[in-house]
Amino acid sequence: MSEAAGPERVTSAEQIEVSVREAQSAVVPGDAVPGGAVPRDTGRWAAKVDRLAVEQRDGVRGTNVAGRRLTGPVQGFGKMWQKTYRMTVGDTVTPQDAISTWKANFPELWPKGNRFAGALTGISPGDVALLDLAIGGGVKLSTGVFVLYADDESFTLMTPQGHMFAGWITFSAERTSAATAVQAQVLMRANDPLYEVAMTFGGHGKEDKFWAQTLTALGDKLGVPVAEVQTRTVCVDSKRQWRNARNIWHNSMVRSVLQTVAAPFTARRRRAQRAG
Amino acid sequence: MDGPLVTMDVRHIGDAVAVVDIKGEVTSACEPILMSAYEEAGGPGTSRLVLNFTGLEYMNSGGIGMLVTLLVRANRQRQKLAAYGLSDHYREIFELTRLDEAITIHDSEASALVGVAT
Repeated sequence: MSEAAGPERVTSAEQIEVSVREAQSAVVPGDAVPGGAVPRDTGRWAAKVDRLAVEQRDGVRGTNVAGRRLTGPVQGFGKMWQKTYRMTVGDTVTPQDAISTWKANFPELWPKGNRFAGALTGISPGDVALLDLAIGGGVKLSTGVFVLYADDESFTLMTPQGHMFAGWITFSAERTSAATAVQAQVLMRANDPLYEVAMTFGGHGKEDKFWAQTLTALGDKLGVPVAEVQTRTVCVDSKRQWRNARNIWHNSMVRSVLQTVAAPFTARRRRAQRAG
Repeated sequence: MDGPLVTMDVRHIGDAVAVVDIKGEVTSACEPILMSAYEEAGGPGTSRLVLNFTGLEYMNSGGIGMLVTLLVRANRQRQKLAAYGLSDHYREIFELTRLDEAITIHDSEASALVGVAT
């Protein structure tokens, strides 16, 4: 694990909310598929949320997530991209083992300098993780992700307002005829015009490097240290959605910079409030 | 690997409207089937497309991603897209992923046909 001496797992006391979510996602009358059976995907999808709720966690700033709405490619601004990072891990690892390992070690597999503060449950539908991402100049971009879907062979994260992109990242594993392949697939649009510029001038390359390093670290964890990562990028829609340009109001990069600048004053104010 | 467990049959209603009856499991693996159905449904005169999910038995996140791709193609052709027949469970998934903001959801085929016509 050369590149991924990643962050420690940071947890919180969100277990109570998890049990609430499980109850919410329980089968209810009317959910039957034709023929009366319960949908096989019940419990794999997160229960519906309008706005994200998450408490503060140690190790990350934890801003720019609570109260935000989720955003998919429909709500984004920039060109729509599908980016696939794929790696073969041999025939001794099953898809279930690969995904189980990925879920259990998700924070540690990230490239150095980035922090992922997940819930105690790890990667379960409805969980919210807080992220601090290194964007250069000593500034951390504080944002988060929501676990939209999870089963034994895949899991999907969805981004909130203000994230660099609006979309989903699906992590999956499948058995091909010869071996097991693992992949991360991003379906995204840059969330606003500022991010679109940033993605065009270096952001996409950084992201490619980020996920290639993550897969390489996963390969290490699975005992396949020299696995090659293949990257495939497809522009699904070259049109920009100008009606969503106002997403810039939520831009977490701008807000993170402002929060970094204001941090000493904020800390002083808090101390004064506690003392007074 | 097993093949996709889904069928997608196309019905043309008049010259401008097509209904795609989706039965089975919607995952990323069935993208060729959906796109083939779209090609069959989306002739030059088709301006409205209705997806019938009454027979939907299973959908994962790859399936939702595939619907977004379909939406992009439909938008490119200036075609209206609507859906009906979603159970409460799948309707919630459309709302959670905010796909319902681009693909209007109706309770019945009649309502969907009226919806795409306006």
